[in-house]
Amino acid sequence: MKIYDGKYILIGLLVFGVLATFPIWLDHGKVIAPADPSLNTPVIDAMMQKHCILPKAQMITEHMKLLNVWRTEVVRDGKRLYVAPDGRKYEMSLETECFRCHSNKAQFCDRCHNFAGLDKATDPYCFSCHVVPSEKKPGAGAVAVVPKEGK
Amino acid sequence: METSRRDFLKIGGLCALGLSSLEVGDAIAKSRAAKYLTNPDACTAKRWAMVIDVKKCWQAEKEECKDCILACDWAHNVPDIPVKRQEVKWLWNEKYENAFPDQDPALEPEEVKEKPFLVLCNHCTHAPCVRVCPTQATFKSADGITMMDMHRCIGCRYCMAACPYGARSFNWRDPRPYIKKINPAYPTRDRGVVEKCDFCVERLQNGKIPACVEACKQKALIFGDLDDPKSDVRKALDSRYSIRRKPELGTMPAVYYLI
Repeated sequence: MKIYDGKYILIGLLVFGVLATFPIWLDHGKVIAPADPSLNTPVIDAMMQKHCILPKAQMITEHMKLLNVWRTEVVRDGKRLYVAPDGRKYEMSLETECFRCHSNKAQFCDRCHNFAGLDKATDPYCFSCHVVPSEKKPGAGAVAVVPKEGK
Repeated sequence: METSRRDFLKIGGLCALGLSSLEVGDAIAKSRAAKYLTNPDACTAKRWAMVIDVKKCWQAEKEECKDCILACDWAHNVPDIPVKRQEVKWLWNEKYENAFPDQDPALEPEEVKEKPFLVLCNHCTHAPCVRVCPTQATFKSADGITMMDMHRCIGCRYCMAACPYGARSFNWRDPRPYIKKINPAYPTRDRGVVEKCDFCVERLQNGKIPACVEACKQKALIFGDLDDPKSDVRKALDSRYSIRRKPELGTMPAVYYLI
């Protein structure tokens, strides 16, 4: 069988094949470090039985959906109390509930977000408004002290 | 294969039983689903309103009292932006002639003309800002508060054009560098959204009165349910003559000034 211009076609196909599978070649054999978010904060360490609001697998895949529902319930409907399927009660607040345990954004939120390629400052942009607890003093949550000095 | 009438009825019966069990499954799933509840300690009202006792406020003003403003700014991470045109204000002092331009200031006592009047969002019954908001980012809650949904605000500033009281501020820049000390329990805002007083809805829903009312040592700020004849605001309004800002516009403000 003769292929007209077979030489060029076969070379072209070869080049296409290499380019198309380039991402596979590039990362072949490389060990990619797991995201490995840290769950070690003083509050979590002190828990006898470690649990989050929903089971861990569900929190990993659905925390953003949960937060979105919380947002709607709190802001639009004025409901602030969440009763989880297991009966535990939580205040629907990123600042006073989520960060109460997960006071280590850099080692917890950021590690997974960066791993998933969400590493721009604006993506996810929750934290451009929601106040991240000071990392120097992990666990020091909402301390309401009215400053005395003038505005 | 031939199906007898008897077998047909048996299979039909089994199918009906199977279908009805779906309902049972649904009910069980619902009882296990998460629930969203209001906080049982929440302060509730049909129509929240504020009464400002101007004379009591002026008494404290001699000592340049700004307790309410400071408490509000701290509670809500309100930035202190030095550029006048870009200021963010929730609760602030205004001159009489600016707060009540329709009162035709001419022959009032000097005291009235020179003293400051505390102004904030009026939480109008017929709020013009709510009517013009294209995304329903600002809306009326069931208890009469004109709410802001920061996530939904697109920064078009129609509401600012609509508000006759100048109660709304736009974030022209990232406010964080202008907040002296950030309250970690409350979010800041991002560049490009409009903000204003929300009657401390986050405090009310957790059973606390607004921060400014709590901070006022003179008890010049009175907060309560306008629909309840026994509430503090109604008692205050019964006892003295009061005015509202620009009543002729028909917005029905919920902030009253006792004169």
